[in-house]
Amino acid sequence: MQPGAISGSKDANKGRWLDVGFRRLSVGSAVLVLIILVAIALFLLQQALPAIHKDTANFLTEQQWRPDDTPAVFGIAALLYGTLVTAFLAMLMALPVAVGVALWLTQYGPRALARPLGYVVDLLAAVPSVVFGLWGLIYLVPKMIPLSAWLSTYFGWIPIFKSDAIFGKSIFTASVVLAIMVLPVIAAVTREVFLQVPRENQEAALALGSTRWEMIRLAVLPYGRSGLISAAVLGFGRALGETIAVALVLSANYTVSAHLLTPGGNTIAANIANTFGEAGSLGRGALIASGLVLFVITLAVNFGARAIVARRREFTAAT
Amino acid sequence: MTLTALDPDPLHLASKGRLPRWASPAIALACAVLLLLVFAITPADGRADYLVTLAVVFLVVQFAISYAVEGGRKARDRLAAAAAVTGLFLALLPLVAILGFTIVKGMKRFDVTFLTHSMRNVADSDPGGGAYHAIIGTLEQVGIASLFSVPLGLLVSIYLVEYGGGRRFARLVSTFVDVMTGLPSIIAGLFVLSFWGLVLHQGFSGFAGSLALTVIMLPVVVRTTEEMLRLVPPALREAAFALGVRKWRTVLSVVLPTALAGITTGVMLAVARVVGETAPVLLTVFGTSSINTNPFSGPQESLPLFVFSEAGLPNNTAVDRAWSGALTLIILVLLLTTAARLLTRRSAPRGR
Amino acid sequence: MTITRFGRRAAVAVVALVGTLGLAACGSDNNATPSSSASSSTTSSATAGGITCASGTLTLSGSTAQANAMSAWGKAYQTACPGATVNYGGGGSGAGVTQFTAGSVDFAGSDFALTADQKTAADARCGTGNTAVDLPMVAGPVAIGYNLPGVTGLQLSASTLAKIFSGKITKWDDAAIKAENTGLTLPSIGIQSFHRSDGSGTTYNFVNYLANDAKTDWTYGVNKNWPAPGGQGAKGSSAVAQGVKSTAGGIGYFELSYATQSSIPTAKVGNGQGAFVDATGPNTVAFLSKATVVGTNGDLALSFDYGNTDATAYPAALVTYEIVCAKGNKSAQLPLIKSFLTYTSSAAGQGILATNGYVSLPASILAQVSAAVATLS
Repeated sequence: MQPGAISGSKDANKGRWLDVGFRRLSVGSAVLVLIILVAIALFLLQQALPAIHKDTANFLTEQQWRPDDTPAVFGIAALLYGTLVTAFLAMLMALPVAVGVALWLTQYGPRALARPLGYVVDLLAAVPSVVFGLWGLIYLVPKMIPLSAWLSTYFGWIPIFKSDAIFGKSIFTASVVLAIMVLPVIAAVTREVFLQVPRENQEAALALGSTRWEMIRLAVLPYGRSGLISAAVLGFGRALGETIAVALVLSANYTVSAHLLTPGGNTIAANIANTFGEAGSLGRGALIASGLVLFVITLAVNFGARAIVARRREFTAAT
Repeated sequence: MTLTALDPDPLHLASKGRLPRWASPAIALACAVLLLLVFAITPADGRADYLVTLAVVFLVVQFAISYAVEGGRKARDRLAAAAAVTGLFLALLPLVAILGFTIVKGMKRFDVTFLTHSMRNVADSDPGGGAYHAIIGTLEQVGIASLFSVPLGLLVSIYLVEYGGGRRFARLVSTFVDVMTGLPSIIAGLFVLSFWGLVLHQGFSGFAGSLALTVIMLPVVVRTTEEMLRLVPPALREAAFALGVRKWRTVLSVVLPTALAGITTGVMLAVARVVGETAPVLLTVFGTSSINTNPFSGPQESLPLFVFSEAGLPNNTAVDRAWSGALTLIILVLLLTTAARLLTRRSAPRGR
Repeated sequence: MTITRFGRRAAVAVVALVGTLGLAACGSDNNATPSSSASSSTTSSATAGGITCASGTLTLSGSTAQANAMSAWGKAYQTACPGATVNYGGGGSGAGVTQFTAGSVDFAGSDFALTADQKTAADARCGTGNTAVDLPMVAGPVAIGYNLPGVTGLQLSASTLAKIFSGKITKWDDAAIKAENTGLTLPSIGIQSFHRSDGSGTTYNFVNYLANDAKTDWTYGVNKNWPAPGGQGAKGSSAVAQGVKSTAGGIGYFELSYATQSSIPTAKVGNGQGAFVDATGPNTVAFLSKATVVGTNGDLALSFDYGNTDATAYPAALVTYEIVCAKGNKSAQLPLIKSFLTYTSSAAGQGILATNGYVSLPASILAQVSAAVATLS
């Protein structure tokens, strides 16, 4: 496609010059982003590698965090476990609800109600995480004690609900706070995506006699799928990296435990926030190394999501 | 404009019947009453427990009745609709609870003194004091960060969507942006602290905070705006090209305005995210209890930092200030969001 | 066309935003309270004469354990000297030392004296041939708070505390606790011990006490990061206090002010003489008066005497330092640093600490600190 070729006016040269300029500007911005990220990556590696080198334990499997002792002993096993489990549980709770919210706002709700509620969701997506943390600590943690006790009493035979000591600050509580936090983020983006579905497709499906749910499955969900995955990844990334809210509602320790209701648990980001202030030089390196691992996880998640989206596109293109 | 489902079976060829319009509310009411009885005679209690159980029971009962009367397709349709409503309530309840809790707790100290005074000469255990210095700091830091990251981010996403076209470099940039999205915010702060402070030998300042916020904000802007630009129908661009419009003009006057509502939402999300960021500003702006309106020199306060540090103190006077700070933060976000809404109200060429 | 419309609205919005800012620009640093409480009014009258003012902005950072003291001192100093601003960032001792070394703060608050490695780096910041010194400035007791419905006047020896905090004793009616509290009826509920999840001088000094007074029961060494297994971590003393307050059967350690302000009962603690002592100012001073200066070349790092023969000595004490250049301070900042530290090490400055759960440093140590401050250059 050469749009400029059609225009034969005298402005053609000026137009081409602007075209090239605009293109270079956007390419330049992209290059700048690369430079910033490479600088951060180099900085992280330069800080993290010496620390890992001095670690006398296995960095991936050790369940202790004593980087400033001599000899240094630290490992991210519990941090990694806590990060993945809290984020995963949060997504398990938040994603279906968020999609439900987005569907109601775009497909079911009367317009007079859907618009203000959509606005409310956007607003809630903007509530700072420190507020969620405050609320979680002061309101939710005490409320979680009876709920945890109930789960532990009646469902204690399932290992994940077994707990000897009950104190509201558990991995489960952190997941609930994260779920509530990422829910409006996912819902706001998903809603925007569903709104972009061409009306023609929806009307065609309805005209063929679909029920509304069938129309959603035929027209809305397939069209919005890549956007939905992006929204989910955005939410998952936010859950993985959330610092302050998690730091406030976890009783930090460094033990891997499958009992989700038992006090304790920790995540990479919360550990950085908790221990950074008092960390020595090796301690900082160790924390940055753990941040690097968080980085790699996010990378893996994004690649996974991309692969799925790409496969879908090929699939739809082929049929 | 909600789409109204056409009657899928106008001639009533199907042998199955239809539930009357009042069926859903009636079923809901019946479930609610029955469950109330169940809760009265069994040890089960709690408002939240009741609501959750009610939602589940209603979904199941309505599905069963509808399946028997109307058949599977209709039953699934009703189930999906009811599930969407349930999702909405499930989502709104805790979120509204958070808002309500913050408002109730925050109103205690949310007064003129709070908005117009700093914390200078106010010890932790003293009543009074305010967050004026923190509000100014946050506005300046986030403003500067937006000034950097919105144009830059928009240009990057324009590159990715309009020029990249699946090239290897575009895919690389896109991947890197994704990676940057997952950057723990505290590491962004650490990076700026090292680069700005230790390499360039600049002191703590609001500007250093802006740089850290930019690192966090940039990928969010790119990610969301990219998605919205991609949703602009190709037919619009092709129409513009067919009229002989140059690419840069097509992008600026056709693609961007079409996606404006989505872009604004994306930018809003990004601004909202950084307004509440504590970790990066903690390491870069340092915090102060006095007013400093110059973001380029000397320590500045920031609103989330104010909330975080006041909440960490054992004095009730400080915790009250923290809640009021949180309320101020939410109101600030509300104002920004409303402004953005007003800006994009009629410029979006969409029905809904 | 859409763009021009957008542009006009944007302009309106910008104008509105600027307008709001302009309107709000009547913000004020002046927080003078017309009728101040009795304690603070005596404070200001006591300090008014003692302060020789300097002007400018002090940027300080470090230990959270002395943040309350710095907040009170900053307020008193700024009230007496309107031209000065004192900013103390309580990011932690580690952060304080790092920022001091990097030259981004004027001096740092730290819960520990500088280690050999840190000292080399800190000396370098002060310029060739100059040294950085540790000046003890803020002292106080570490209280043991507990939450046992119906129980007050709990007494715990170092050995029992060591067993509780390392998870060897798990019930409140354990024989070891009963033996030390013969007059009390202890409930048979589980012990929930709380410790700091972040590195802290409070942890360091509490553990140091256990390691010295309960050598056989505390085998985890001395560390600013909680070294023993079991228990629950919480960030900051306020979170530990909050955990204890909200959990029946809870026990934790924190600065005395957190116990007073949250109305948490504190245990009498066993000292080297086998006596059980309350966490009070005089008892802490009795313990600290036998501390010896082990720093050299003007450095005033302290070492505690856990064999203190005074039966009223409260042994779980905390001393935090200011780390400052003995010579080689930035010349523009020197008058302010000197003036502020002169105030904090004066009798008046130390005197206002009592209301914040701290104690005045013993006179012998304070005299050395004042002398050191006078020679800063």
